[in-house]
Amino acid sequence: MKLRTSVIAVLGMAFAAGAAHADINVGVTVSATGPAASLGIPEKNTFALMPTTIGGEKVNYIVLDDASDTTAAVKNTRKLISEDKVDIVLGSTVSPNSLAMIDVVAESGTPMISMAASARIVEPVDDKKRWVFKTPQNDAQMSTAIIEHMTNSGVKTVAFIGFADAYGEGWYEQFSSVADARKLKLVANERFNRNDTSVTGQVLKLIAARPDAILIAGSGTPAALPQKALKERGYTGKIYQTHGVANNDFLRVCGKDCEGTLLPAGPVLVASQLADSNPVKKSAIEYITKYEAAHGKGSVSTFGAHAWDTGVLLAAAAPEALKKAKPGTKEFRTALRDALENVKEVPGAHGIFTMSPTDHLGLDQRSRVMVQIQNGAWKLVK
Amino acid sequence: MDFQIAMLLGQDGITNGAIYALLALALVLVFAVTRVIFIPQGEFVSYGALTLVMIQAGAIPATVWLLLGAGLLAAALDVRLALRAGQPGRLVRLLGWYVAYPLALVALLYTLPVKDFPMAAQILFALAVVVPMGPLMYRLIYQPIAAAPVLVLLIVSVAVHVAMVGLGLLFFGAEGSRTPPFSEARFEMGPVMVSGQTIWVVVSSLVLIVALYQFFERTLYGKALRATAINRVGARLMGISPALAGRLTFFLAALIGALSGVLIAPITTIYYDTGFLIGLKGFVAAIVGGLASYPMAAAGALLVGLLEAFSSFWASAHKEVIVFTLIIPVLLWRSLRGRHVEEEE
Repeated sequence: MKLRTSVIAVLGMAFAAGAAHADINVGVTVSATGPAASLGIPEKNTFALMPTTIGGEKVNYIVLDDASDTTAAVKNTRKLISEDKVDIVLGSTVSPNSLAMIDVVAESGTPMISMAASARIVEPVDDKKRWVFKTPQNDAQMSTAIIEHMTNSGVKTVAFIGFADAYGEGWYEQFSSVADARKLKLVANERFNRNDTSVTGQVLKLIAARPDAILIAGSGTPAALPQKALKERGYTGKIYQTHGVANNDFLRVCGKDCEGTLLPAGPVLVASQLADSNPVKKSAIEYITKYEAAHGKGSVSTFGAHAWDTGVLLAAAAPEALKKAKPGTKEFRTALRDALENVKEVPGAHGIFTMSPTDHLGLDQRSRVMVQIQNGAWKLVK
Repeated sequence: MDFQIAMLLGQDGITNGAIYALLALALVLVFAVTRVIFIPQGEFVSYGALTLVMIQAGAIPATVWLLLGAGLLAAALDVRLALRAGQPGRLVRLLGWYVAYPLALVALLYTLPVKDFPMAAQILFALAVVVPMGPLMYRLIYQPIAAAPVLVLLIVSVAVHVAMVGLGLLFFGAEGSRTPPFSEARFEMGPVMVSGQTIWVVVSSLVLIVALYQFFERTLYGKALRATAINRVGARLMGISPALAGRLTFFLAALIGALSGVLIAPITTIYYDTGFLIGLKGFVAAIVGGLASYPMAAAGALLVGLLEAFSSFWASAHKEVIVFTLIIPVLLWRSLRGRHVEEEE
């Protein structure tokens, strides 16, 4: 009898202790393998650098890999919510995965911050998407930047070549609609695959259309292939890339064929060249320093910075939520969601976040800059 | 479309077709001798190219550790067998090939300034690392199930492919790489400039095909492989070891794959998973040859290459669809024309 009472007492004490020091559990699903691995790997590395305490509470990160696969992302999310009882889900890397996860997080009332670009993840904010936030700039913001630059430098006709997948299609949709409004003429529209060994056919067709400029919408090193082929066939007009190529591997693979290429990107890419008055500079350099200390000089990429920004948002919102409820409860998750929606002027690596009930991205014009490749390095275009 | 564009596309198609032809030949060879539909064939392309990239960057190619690991495993298996069979004399040779060879490679890569070697030497090193994985793969994976039905062998091939792609991501990272071209030379052929690398690819493929032909026609080992392909049981009765035939076949397949990778690495960016798609196109070509005829497979490869080049011009978004849909009329034609032989002996 005595033994049983003491067991109960010990259990009770353990339970009480657990409740008093409830850790914040953060569930992460990233595409560290599969086709999106070049984005997912730096993101995964970034989560290892995130703060381990927020507002005095310990933070546990549970990082899972979804292999760039939609089904795996949904499965991961269910597991994180039901087994690990996470307070927030961060992820996933690509848009199809993030879109599929919305139903799961909304059903359980868990806030989620995505690292994928598609505007459809957070727009329009409805009953389900009120739980969902994201950190990367919308493609529309980026394509407006490109088109502004094009019209300012006298480009009249433009040709498009993009990935034969959601990325390329999304860009074409955005780009063609804005181009139409700005009286830019699209003279050719081609597709290629990430794994293609040759794009000669497409490139010949692009050149035959004689455009003033060509936009290549691809991500990572695969976007170098059309550019190299264009140079090989003697194309001399302007070449634009998208922010999907903003990592140093692209410079390595593309080499001298990429001299002069223009692209829009998050300010983190050229953080050290930003004016000191720019509020993004400090937070971007903080991330770069941390990442490069862990993974070597020149290893940082803008994709990892999107992951970093999810952490920035969490760190800004969690203290507010902690005032209202204990982690691990439904009240805490709701409070965390509300706090995320009220984030004001929080500097991240990619821009300044100001959320509202209708805007779950919260980035403005300060979140993009035009960059040119000069002497094998990224150079801010002023 | 004018003549010049047609010429450029034709050139592009022939270059890619030459690579597909090599892979198609390897696939036909492996299937004929061992009945394995060798899906991981393409992985040797990536491994070969990316190992060369790592050597040129002055790093120790991660693939050499895979070679060492597989060698140790094979040694453990074979040493046990040799001891049980009471043939300790074989130990030296076994350990020499399985353990000492990879160790020697590691030592050489560590001590020699391979980074500054001429390209030909670097290519030899890359091949020395990647090619022995072929026979090792046969020893470890396919030899124990050599008598299994074709379907089981196919399923195992899929598993090996998935494992190799995963290891490739671990070894080489997610981003692609290129190597410098063998020659910067350019030649004018009528209205079209032809790059030296294109000629390298086409000529090397032709040389390799002729060399393979000579190997099968003139050498004892080549004839042994042919005999195994025609009649496995008969060849065994004549004293041809099926294990040896299998290892030799996989050696050739790995050699062809790695060499293809080295050849195309200067023309295109190679990723850890590039090989699969290239191998798959070689597979379409091999199907044109009914997985049996070498000349038909080579012709099919050329067809695939040209079809790919021209469809990328006319309908770039549907290029892969067009290339892989080719397999349907081909299969239809083959099955209407050919007589049906029930599978399995």
